[in-house]
Amino acid sequence: MPRLKVESDIKNIGMEGNMSLSLKVWRQSNKDAAGGFENYKLDHVSPDMSFLEMFDVLNEQLIEEGKEPVSFDHDCREGICGACSMYINGRPHGPLRGVTTCQLHMRSFKDGDTIVVEPWRAQAFPVIKDLVVDRDAFDRVISAGGFVSVNTGNAQDANALPIAKEAADDAFAAAACIGCGACVAACKNASAMLFVSAKISQLALLPQGQAERSIRAEKMVAQMDAEGFGACTNTGACSAECPKEISLENIARMNREYIGAKFSSSAV
Amino acid sequence: MATSSRLDAKIPQGSIESKWSKYRSSVPLVNPANKRNLEIIVVGTGLAGASAAATLAELGYKVKAFCFQDSPRRAHSIAAQGGINAAKNYQNDGDSVYRLFYDTIKGGDYRAREANVHRLAEVSGNIIDQCVAAGVPFAREYGGLLSNRSFGGTQVQRTFYAAGQTGQQLLLGAYSGLQRQVGMGTIKMYNRHEMLDVVNIDGKCRGIIARNLITGELERHGGHAVLLCTGGYGNVFYLSTNAMGSNVTAAWKAHKRGAFFGNPCFTQIHPTCIPVSGEHQSKLTLMSESLRNDGRIWVPKKKDDNRPGNAIPEDERDYYLERRYPAFGNLVPRDIASRAAKERCDAGYGVGTSKLAVYLDFAAAVERYGRGEANKNNIHNASDADIVTWGKAVVKEKYGNLFDMYKQITGEDPYEVPMRIYPAVHYTMGGLWVDYNLMTTVPGLYSLGEANFSDHGANRLGASALMQGLADGYFVIPYTIGAYLASEIRTGKISTDHEAFVKAEAEVRERIETLLRIQGKTSPELFHRRLGKIMWDKCGMARNAQGLKEAIEEIRQLRRDFWSDVKVMGTANYFNPELDKANRVADFIELGELMCLDALDRNESCGGHFREEYQTEEGEAMRDDENYMYVSAWEHKGPENWELHKEELVYENIKIAQRSYK
Repeated sequence: MPRLKVESDIKNIGMEGNMSLSLKVWRQSNKDAAGGFENYKLDHVSPDMSFLEMFDVLNEQLIEEGKEPVSFDHDCREGICGACSMYINGRPHGPLRGVTTCQLHMRSFKDGDTIVVEPWRAQAFPVIKDLVVDRDAFDRVISAGGFVSVNTGNAQDANALPIAKEAADDAFAAAACIGCGACVAACKNASAMLFVSAKISQLALLPQGQAERSIRAEKMVAQMDAEGFGACTNTGACSAECPKEISLENIARMNREYIGAKFSSSAV
Repeated sequence: MATSSRLDAKIPQGSIESKWSKYRSSVPLVNPANKRNLEIIVVGTGLAGASAAATLAELGYKVKAFCFQDSPRRAHSIAAQGGINAAKNYQNDGDSVYRLFYDTIKGGDYRAREANVHRLAEVSGNIIDQCVAAGVPFAREYGGLLSNRSFGGTQVQRTFYAAGQTGQQLLLGAYSGLQRQVGMGTIKMYNRHEMLDVVNIDGKCRGIIARNLITGELERHGGHAVLLCTGGYGNVFYLSTNAMGSNVTAAWKAHKRGAFFGNPCFTQIHPTCIPVSGEHQSKLTLMSESLRNDGRIWVPKKKDDNRPGNAIPEDERDYYLERRYPAFGNLVPRDIASRAAKERCDAGYGVGTSKLAVYLDFAAAVERYGRGEANKNNIHNASDADIVTWGKAVVKEKYGNLFDMYKQITGEDPYEVPMRIYPAVHYTMGGLWVDYNLMTTVPGLYSLGEANFSDHGANRLGASALMQGLADGYFVIPYTIGAYLASEIRTGKISTDHEAFVKAEAEVRERIETLLRIQGKTSPELFHRRLGKIMWDKCGMARNAQGLKEAIEEIRQLRRDFWSDVKVMGTANYFNPELDKANRVADFIELGELMCLDALDRNESCGGHFREEYQTEEGEAMRDDENYMYVSAWEHKGPENWELHKEELVYENIKIAQRSYK
């Protein structure tokens, strides 16, 4: 880690590049307030900045001007926590495939661009402030059945249960979902099928998930519906925009799981 | 040296192999009917917090869990890449509980407590069993059994992994257990809540003050025990591999309410991170240590060699880790690899535009794997191009997500050119001092995972943080908490109307109002940068007495400036991340002073703590076991005022030696 050139000076932060941008950013003070776009000009943007670092510069500029900075969710800034959630020029996480907002860099934009930034829009994800939305609905869907019911201390030796590499790899691919909600934001129906199906798939593919396989599919789908997510019309926007490229196959598998469960039980 | 009378580590009697099993069978129990009436507050929902909350709820306790993120699934454990150690010996390569214990003590440069580390090694296997049972999709071999790889500081393959996303998979496993209990109503989950104080009544911890980050409301929560599982404080350096929100605030509040802070100066600088690209940089990104299984680290033999890496011939490259440490080569522990990189760059051999980087090169691995594939498929006349293609495919399967991340951040393709890496702040071994039960010096207040100081001494080995977090949460605290709660069954519900709660809440409110009232000229962000610069320059990879003394003065001045010139926008009664940040930076500033004080006290070099005055002729860390074989536990006595208490470290099972990886 090279020395932070703080003394040389802090005022230069964000003054090292030569891109100029116009930003149209959604501002909304709380979930009940009316929101609207605000326009900002930003100069000296470096192509090496991440999109969120560009927002850091904007916010420092706003503070300097005595204006309130833009609220946005972010945390790990390495594409894995799933917190960042900007809808950029009409696409969740912006123009690149398989990339979260925090891993999107300004080299993907051109000098003079106008960039429109909105929050995720879905009935099940109410706006908290500006670009920050409430995604608690996802946690409640997991609580409904996205687990294996195994208390600590119950486990047998890990290698007592061989799992075919292909099954383990497929389960891992589904489990790579970061729960960001881009699938919901991308869908014209605000459907959460990709998110829910990724968890159902992961556990349906593994022997550990078999005991609760049916009830899991039923309960998670019921909770998904109760949260107000829309129906799936198979457009595939969710998977196309997913920063972890979670496959549509998961939705097909979830449909099989759900129909199978419905035929065989009356639990939910 | 004798241990301070204020510190009792409560290490059970008996041989090292029997301490935990005997203790576990004799620790007081709480019967199920009483558990239902005992409330436990868990702050933080990373590996330690989520596993503890879920397990305690399964046992029947009433649990309240808190995280500042919008969901418990986003705790920063999620970003751990490489793997988790366990002494399973599945590879039949001679691993054992003793070897894991030994490697961890040695890796920590003989500054960790034997009994805790042995317990960690003992339960390591159970963790893997538990995670697999919960559906964690670890990497597997074609026969269906679990796969392993090597990490630094070990000569066996004991690291379990899930591509470069092991932390994600483990955390989602623990999170699913937590959410299951939330669904059952045994855990009440508080997302977007930040703990801003602990509340002690009659010398016992009885609850917390939390702030609802959406509404700004302050809330009082009572409990019979409070568990701080709030992670490390690497963000004191401003730039680190930590998440933006990672902070010391919860631990620091506990410290100011009586919990001693252990070994604050022990920080880990990770050798393989993506170098800084400019002043806008907000955080640094790790490239997993697992890459050192296959990547070779080198710099040019010639100073200021400006040729691109690929253009430098083999005999003009200095594979300095392999040269200096032939036994461990590229897999030396992190502190050693980091210092060696700094040494080469300081001497003028660094690469890239900043000259503050070294190469991590996969060309040899690509060729080796490519030839392996050719052999496997019985192709004896493969072209060089085919071998490279096949080799790249193998490397992609092992490290694909890391290579993608590197490319995304730097704009360079690591399949074609060697990666450039440089050390960065990654982990903090120091933390709240805890006894064998994981209890701090405040009765009823516990600390788990990275937030405590306990198991890694002066340097943590790779793939041991995930192990410790889950050991503490799944397999230690559920037993040891009984030692305290068994005597709490007659206490009854904790009333949050008690004057201690009223007073703590008023103090938190006053501090928030003060922060908003100052309306100075400088944003919290800029104060954070200034602190980070002081810490990195004077309390970073190398330290000396002179610099540390200067740093203490500079930090004191920074603290005064902060409280007279900070500018916090907005108000306290709605979602306001600027205010949250100001609160955290204020605590980081105070912590920074203590870290420097601790580094100044420790007149030796050990692990990640490298005092320039104390090194061998070859530039290796020189310990002083006679005078410094202790845990420093600092008691907060008031502003800029601490008292040092020492816990003597006794090694009865491991022979102390100069740490050598040659």
